[in-house]
Amino acid sequence: MEQFTKLTAKMVSIPTENVDTDQIIPARFLKVTDKNGLGDNLFFDWRYNADGSPKEDFILNTEQGHQAKILVAGDNFGCGSSREHAPWAIMGYGFQAVVSTSFADIFRNNSLKLGLLPVIVDKETHHQLMSLIEEEPETEIFIDLANQTLQLPDGRKVKFPIDNFSKNCILNGVDQLGYLQQHTSAVESYESVHPDRVNTVAA
Amino acid sequence: MSQNGHPKTLFEKIWNKHVVVAEEDSPSVLYIDLHLVHEVTSPQAFTGLREKSLTVRRPDKTIATMDHGIPTTPPEIPISDIMVLKQISQLEKNCNDFGIPLHGLHSPNRGIVHVIGPELGLTQPGMTIVCGDSHTSTHGAFGALAFGIGTSEIEHVLATQCLLQVKPKTYAVKVEGQLPKGVSSKDIILNLISRIGIGGGTGYVFEYMGEAIRGLSMEERMTICNMSIEGGARAGMIAPDDITFEYIAGRPHAPQGEAWDAAVAAWRTLPTDAGATFDKEIVIDASKLEPMITYGTNPGMGMLITQPVPDPMQIGDVSERQTLEKALKYMDLQPGQSLLGKKVDVVFLGSCTNSRLSDLRLAASLLKGHKVADNIQMMVVPGSQQVKQQAEAEGIDKIFKEAGADWREAGCSMCIAMNGDQLAPGQYAVSTSNRNFEGRQGKGGRTFLASPLTAVATAITGQITDVRTMLN
Repeated sequence: MEQFTKLTAKMVSIPTENVDTDQIIPARFLKVTDKNGLGDNLFFDWRYNADGSPKEDFILNTEQGHQAKILVAGDNFGCGSSREHAPWAIMGYGFQAVVSTSFADIFRNNSLKLGLLPVIVDKETHHQLMSLIEEEPETEIFIDLANQTLQLPDGRKVKFPIDNFSKNCILNGVDQLGYLQQHTSAVESYESVHPDRVNTVAA
Repeated sequence: MSQNGHPKTLFEKIWNKHVVVAEEDSPSVLYIDLHLVHEVTSPQAFTGLREKSLTVRRPDKTIATMDHGIPTTPPEIPISDIMVLKQISQLEKNCNDFGIPLHGLHSPNRGIVHVIGPELGLTQPGMTIVCGDSHTSTHGAFGALAFGIGTSEIEHVLATQCLLQVKPKTYAVKVEGQLPKGVSSKDIILNLISRIGIGGGTGYVFEYMGEAIRGLSMEERMTICNMSIEGGARAGMIAPDDITFEYIAGRPHAPQGEAWDAAVAAWRTLPTDAGATFDKEIVIDASKLEPMITYGTNPGMGMLITQPVPDPMQIGDVSERQTLEKALKYMDLQPGQSLLGKKVDVVFLGSCTNSRLSDLRLAASLLKGHKVADNIQMMVVPGSQQVKQQAEAEGIDKIFKEAGADWREAGCSMCIAMNGDQLAPGQYAVSTSNRNFEGRQGKGGRTFLASPLTAVATAITGQITDVRTMLN
């Protein structure tokens, strides 16, 4: 789990709506047994030519892309498969937060567990961020997780939602597994009164 | 009306029964009855366990198989992909080290994880079921709460048999009336997703209900629940009934004798109570449905097969318009064009959506006596080795082979194109799978999602065909 408290950083955008995890990291890159190196394959089929050379005009291949720590994405970002390789790849590239008008459920869950901050904003703010990236690409914005705000260069602060539990885990860089393990006795009592439904080891 | 308090939905009943800890401002700790594991999304979770010196809390509620990267070529051909081999040996080692039963490479029970769970009788009503795969929603067809999870969550379940979950909202999908001839459960789900869009169910659990749903077999119900995630919902459910119980009875892990009677009695209390309310609702008239086909690059971009490809210029919202323009460019389709008569290169019959015995039977019944058209490469991939064996016992494989189709070993195959079964750049496929994302079935490949009947009709004529013209 990566800790995230405050971030002042540049942004880049991938404005397409409904970007699915097959675009974020194509399935052929899932044949790995660790999490390393996936950032190089982030958006692979949009990012590289057939011969493997980088498409120079694709945002992630530009200096602007390499400097950015915030990805501003289109609506319903991260739809499709449950592969956690998608947030691994996004973090591997160097992003620490993704801003969109909405996220797919599994992608958002996975991101929250890793400390890649999913920031949900209204359409108007989203539009404003897109314009900023286009017109003033050097602009930095400020994200403050404790206060759940994204601050625009004009000083306007936009509130974003996150459940308190995930927020505290990310603020402290604490893995959620630790919290689950604290409840072992509750799990044992649950198991003692709920008969097992199946036994995969039998038959 | 339920015994205690207000009327409850099927979802609420299962959710409530599985909450171990509920705290203010925190997601609930939810108990998991069955955890399905496969080779692609699990290795890093086991690494996490080892790093933290943890064990698997309940290997007896966990089961593993290999499906995503496994070749569908004959078993005597050795696997050449080093990375696939590494994932296979890693899963073997992980299952061995942690005591998890594995249906490995040469097991007669190996298959797509969402095909073998029900097949073995492990999937049962009222359970919570998870797997590191978004199509885990399939198991909801039995009246279970089943959803896909990421690798961090796989580690959580392995270590604690629990998950932290925020309670989703409920969405009633009422499919009234009766399906016309040539229209199947695949067309129902493609129609739903085309109406609500790929993000329409985000934050919700679907419950499919109504006359058309009650009339479906278990395998048809699985097809619908399977694609819930393509409408954005992590889970989709159907209340269990006699059709469900009949399917489960006698399977290897099904309760036996007195335990069976007790189980069925408990399962009968699961359906949504009269008067229970949903957060959202949609009604679909099944009698008005036609075969569906997708034209774009997500499963929400679907239409009745007789409709023209939509025109981006008719869309007011700029980003929606650009998304459609990008999709049509990728698919190389023109606004207003009909897809009927469009030549395709590949027909894929398979995937966790449509690779069960009834899918193969139905497809074979239409294909019998015909040949696959010269311009078509047709690939048939059974969902499990058991499905394959049963199909072969019925002679179904012969019908496919004699027609010129390629009859393969079980696996995910061209649905996810990790194992070498894939489209070439620019090729068009009619596929019975679940995703038409750019490159999903091979880099540069273009997918039209449809039912097995539409797929076979297309295989016979060589072009996208309305199967209703071939019936009677």
